[in-house]
Amino acid sequence: MQISAPFDYARATSVDDAIALLEKFGEESRIIAGGHSLLPMMKLRLARPEALVDINQLTELSHVTEEPDRIRIGAMTRHVELIASPVLARHFPIFGDAGRVIADPLVRNRGTIGGSLCQADPGEDLTAVCIVLDATVVLRGPGGERTLTMGDFHLGPYTTAAAHDEILTEIRIPLRPRSGSAYEKVERRVGDYAVAAAGASVALAEDGSVAEIGIGLAAVGLDERPAAAEAVLRGQAPTPERIAEAAKATAAATEPVDDLRGTAEYKRHLAEELTKRVIARAIARAKGTQA
Amino acid sequence: MTHISVTINGQLVERDVDPRVLLVHFLRDDLGMTGTHWGCDTTNCGVCSVLLDGQPVKSCTVLAVMADGHEVRTVEGLEVDGVLDPIQQGFMEEHGLQCGFCTPGMLMTGRALLDENPHPTEHEIREAISGQICRCTGYATIVRSIQWAADHPAGITNGQAEQHAVKEEASA
Repeated sequence: MQISAPFDYARATSVDDAIALLEKFGEESRIIAGGHSLLPMMKLRLARPEALVDINQLTELSHVTEEPDRIRIGAMTRHVELIASPVLARHFPIFGDAGRVIADPLVRNRGTIGGSLCQADPGEDLTAVCIVLDATVVLRGPGGERTLTMGDFHLGPYTTAAAHDEILTEIRIPLRPRSGSAYEKVERRVGDYAVAAAGASVALAEDGSVAEIGIGLAAVGLDERPAAAEAVLRGQAPTPERIAEAAKATAAATEPVDDLRGTAEYKRHLAEELTKRVIARAIARAKGTQA
Repeated sequence: MTHISVTINGQLVERDVDPRVLLVHFLRDDLGMTGTHWGCDTTNCGVCSVLLDGQPVKSCTVLAVMADGHEVRTVEGLEVDGVLDPIQQGFMEEHGLQCGFCTPGMLMTGRALLDENPHPTEHEIREAISGQICRCTGYATIVRSIQWAADHPAGITNGQAEQHAVKEEASA
């Protein structure tokens, strides 16, 4: 039987209350949202927080809000809600692509976008999604709020810039005209972590050239966007040859490792192929020729 | 210890629990409700699935304290006054169980699916149960069982069940 080490438990009644509880319990306290990363780690005693602050009652953190120039997503928005959101389906279909391949429907009923980003698992899907969409995250702590780019927030595997008494409250994504996005993942079986996965977001200029592009991968040792690959397409007409070249450059930037999910060589092959597919699909969606 | 009040199958239950107790152990060990099975303990197999506020969740990955103030529905809550829920009847009619270990979780997920989507396609049924493992590999009959329940939303009464059985015998 897997039982975690003992801990104190408190339910936050507001974001400020959550911050106060984190301060009260001290450095070894953790926020629990959906709990589907943290609880398994606690059961294996890979994580031994002395206290949990439960934010599941904070309904104010569960929303997808459309504004003229951006979309705001509350940190407690669950995967099932991301998939079902018509606003996200219209502006960022990448959330539907990625959401449907995260674990399984029961896990998606509990897991949250904020929890996924804060867990920063290298095989996790929504981090790659937020990176390609140029998302920023809002952290609130005792001293107030600060806004970070994904690059500044996501410091590496299992590591973020969030201080122990800070809570991720919101993800903000800029809206761009004529844009499309897509995500694709190869997994050994349904619900598993990725062998490799790729996401892309493309905004087209009026003449059909690529105004802006974001590429992001999961599970292949690439935490940042592949600048050289994006440069192949930025400002250029997205011909099949250029897309293939960008995909090749993306794969070259990865540093996958051999593990039980596959060899590094196989993962690099997947990185190239999946990147090619998602760029093409993002462009088709930007043009409105594909759902 | 933390004091919690959970509505389980319509009944308000109050207990003091250690915060680290999982919902599955709270149900089975504290309340003696062993209809919910305990399997892999790693969020993979789904035999511990119950409904939390109507949505299927894996109770090995929910703390009992997290259910405080919420509604839990388990397999024990399906049958009412001796009449099986249509989803249970479906598993009987279409041979939806072999060893029975995954069955309570499958029943609850099937019930939740039909509550939300009374006429699911086969694909939607397969997706709904994709987080649960039947180690007898009896998926085809589980899918047919849920489909049967969708086709018989009111189930069948005992009298009809007899007729049904007789008719099947005659046609065999």
